[in-house]
Amino acid sequence: MIVKLLSGDQPRSKVLTTLLLLILICLAGAPFIFDGVRPLDTAARICIFIVLVASYDLLLGYGGIVSFAHTMFFGLGAYGVALASTHMGRGFDALLVGTISGAIAAVVLALLIGLFSLRVRAIFFAMITLAVASAVAVLVSQFSGITGGEDGLTYKIPRVLTSANRMGEFLGTRISGKILNYYLVFTASLILFLLLLRIVNSPFGRVLQAIRENDFRAEAIGYRVVWYRTVATCLSAATAAVAGSLFAIWLRYVGPDTTLSFEIMLDILLMVVIGGMGTMYGAVIGATLFVLAQTYLQNFMGSASEATAALPLIPDLLDPDRWLMWLGILFILSVYFFPTGIVGRLRQGRSS
Amino acid sequence: MTAAPDHKPTFAQISLIEQLDKALPILLVPILVVLGFLAIGAPSSWLTLTVSGLAMGMMIFIMASGLTLVFGLMDVINFGHGAFVSVGAFVGISVLIALGEWTGTASLLLNISAVFLAVVAAMAVTGVMGWGFERVIVKPVYGAHLKQILVTVGGLIVVEQLIHVVWGPDEIFISRPETLKGAITFAGAAVEKYRLLAVGVGLVLFLAMRMVLRRTKIGLIVRAGVENGPMVEALGYRLRMVFIGVFVAGSALAGLGGVMWGLYQEVITAGMGEKMMVLVFIVAIIGGLGSVEGAFIGALLVGLMQNYVAFLEPKLALVSNIALMTAILMWRPQGMLPVVKAK
Amino acid sequence: MSDPILSLNAVHTDIAQYHILQGVDLAVPRGQVTMLLGRNGVGKTTTLKTIMGQWTAKSGEILFDGQDITRMPVSARARAGIGFVPEDMGIFHDLTVEENMMLGCASGPLDPNRKAWLLGAFPALGTFWHSEAGNLSGGQKQMLSIARAMAEDRELYLIDEPTKGLAPAIVSTMAQALRELKAQGASILLVEQNFSVAKALGDTAAVMDDGRVIWSGAMAELAENNDLQERLMGLSMEAH
Repeated sequence: MIVKLLSGDQPRSKVLTTLLLLILICLAGAPFIFDGVRPLDTAARICIFIVLVASYDLLLGYGGIVSFAHTMFFGLGAYGVALASTHMGRGFDALLVGTISGAIAAVVLALLIGLFSLRVRAIFFAMITLAVASAVAVLVSQFSGITGGEDGLTYKIPRVLTSANRMGEFLGTRISGKILNYYLVFTASLILFLLLLRIVNSPFGRVLQAIRENDFRAEAIGYRVVWYRTVATCLSAATAAVAGSLFAIWLRYVGPDTTLSFEIMLDILLMVVIGGMGTMYGAVIGATLFVLAQTYLQNFMGSASEATAALPLIPDLLDPDRWLMWLGILFILSVYFFPTGIVGRLRQGRSS
Repeated sequence: MTAAPDHKPTFAQISLIEQLDKALPILLVPILVVLGFLAIGAPSSWLTLTVSGLAMGMMIFIMASGLTLVFGLMDVINFGHGAFVSVGAFVGISVLIALGEWTGTASLLLNISAVFLAVVAAMAVTGVMGWGFERVIVKPVYGAHLKQILVTVGGLIVVEQLIHVVWGPDEIFISRPETLKGAITFAGAAVEKYRLLAVGVGLVLFLAMRMVLRRTKIGLIVRAGVENGPMVEALGYRLRMVFIGVFVAGSALAGLGGVMWGLYQEVITAGMGEKMMVLVFIVAIIGGLGSVEGAFIGALLVGLMQNYVAFLEPKLALVSNIALMTAILMWRPQGMLPVVKAK
Repeated sequence: MSDPILSLNAVHTDIAQYHILQGVDLAVPRGQVTMLLGRNGVGKTTTLKTIMGQWTAKSGEILFDGQDITRMPVSARARAGIGFVPEDMGIFHDLTVEENMMLGCASGPLDPNRKAWLLGAFPALGTFWHSEAGNLSGGQKQMLSIARAMAEDRELYLIDEPTKGLAPAIVSTMAQALRELKAQGASILLVEQNFSVAKALGDTAAVMDDGRVIWSGAMAELAENNDLQERLMGLSMEAH
């Protein structure tokens, strides 16, 4: 049963299995295990980023394609929900319409970009997605009449999903709509992740990996390389858009900084590389570690910076605003020395 | 000795068609200028916009030339190229600020000397930085595009953050040296002096680059290397050395572009290089990766397009360049002047 | 006879996961034309590329003029005196004929006497001296590729199938030029499918099969012995 759910793709390492189970249990029981608003918010972010990063892994790790437009697709889903909720009023129909139209928009755009750039050279794709994504980000901030510009949009979601909806107590925790909302996010993320796992373990996924290994040979054997890559791009974009919709439902706010910025794109890259490209489980590990670190490590840097205030340069380097620099260094080092990421390492350890 | 059967007739024909084929992209620039005139209507605004479009194009070209050659020579795509633009701008502008007395007086000689020193400093720093970047970031990942993209993006982030560490988190505002401020009026149109200077510098650089590529042995090696690197090696040239040279020169040019762009915008930020990369990529792609001439034409098109559209419909300026790229790729999937790759 | 200009001892070369050269032993005598023969896909081109360094030998050693060049970079081998005419000719299409020739001289400008000699051997190159090489016909490109390798005095030339797909008239021009080159004292290792050319030019021959040299000896011996040809190459070359 479990093997079937995982599409036969088992973690293949005891430590990894334990880690994954631990993460699953913590996320599944988050409202009951942890206290307060912040842990719940962190747990929801982890769920959403697992899906976002896993969908990126489909492209990067399995397809061997680098895209810089993943946040754009994520943003399309988020803005879909936001715009639908703004114009149709609060309601589940608005959430559904927003999610679906966001996903459709993402697929159409992905199809166009894919057909244009993948036809020529895979490397064009990286450059063109970068250009298109930044153009979209600029458009979103300029057409503030529709999108709210830099300020973003705040909107209402169905009351059932907000903390205003009190439903009594369970296991000593007050059950509110917020917790319901969390479980919506959690369940949807779990389903999406299992779906992605199914895709990469399907014949389609295997062809995709064959193309990544040697596209000339795959083409020679008779696979239409461009078609496979484009479909992977579309699937990945659609999943990212749905993740964006979940994010919008959870936050009840969208803005360029939270959904479209280049910084989030870098976060995604980091999570997938550190977790382990082409493993899917790497997305789980990478996203969990990263979101936790982002939430808690920056505080630590702040205190370290203060503690070293007397020294030259060091406090500047340890400033929480320099968080990104350390990530960058970590990123370069992991691409060099750790190309299979944490999951790859754990699996290696087992087999040797 | 019998000569080969002659192929002269077909030879001449192919040559003619190919000549036309090559001339077409160059004609796009005047076509765009004329279209701009028709769309804008007012000759004075059109002239102002054309000059600023050309100025912007020249600056983008300066930044893009190194990137495109580096790709052509070694199949290395450097997503961190924008870092050199930012660093160049910060170094150059720091020098200009330090030489405040020279830039503050209305003496052309002192002003130009200050700018010259700023440019030299910026190019020296970014050149050395390019050398280090090539050794540390790029060299270990030759031949692996995926890793190259990831690692150079990582390098870009780190360098940008280091700029924050050294120069602080805020943007720096500067004003141009006295004699480069203001505009001259020509046929009722106000043309900023600095933009004319930028056009001049860009043009001179392009011609110089063309001369080096066409008339010198090293230029020959570079052009041949872009087309077929392994053969150049088999003839006895150390392509890797040539490549490092081009990488360093390209980085220094990006630094120069950074100083010029900083003076153009009169404000610099650590993220400016990253923002410019979008335009630089568009230019490199539509020009044909590896082609300096293509990048030049592409840069002029992008600069003009951006300025015309910004005047007509400000919100669509960046999108218009995406549209330009789409149109050109539909016409020529490999860019306007594709580099013949022997594979 | 003096020691050979080039010798390969038990050279193995892998291309990706394929084991192409499986222990090649080969000697190229000084001042002679050595033919490297064999069916398609037995590793002739890979042997030339391994000598040039475009593929790195996994094991074994390559000695050129007494010097071990097995691990030398490609460009250093060229400077040591090996000229290379690859199967795809390696013409720089965007460059003119003149510029292609200039690149043939790694250590300085093209010597005028040598230029005159080369243009005498290949008159077509003179006609198109200032044209882009991409516009040349197939035969002219082949001539350019050979002339470029000869632009500088080198001790050994590796030439991969120079007559492939060429008209007979051009083949004889080519053969004449190679003969003149040999007359100047150069050694040549030539991959050739055209047996009449091989017979006319070759002094010695080495036949490859399955990534190894399975026979070597005098070209004349091979040319006269149909049975031997049949046994070594699976077909009589005379049929061509």
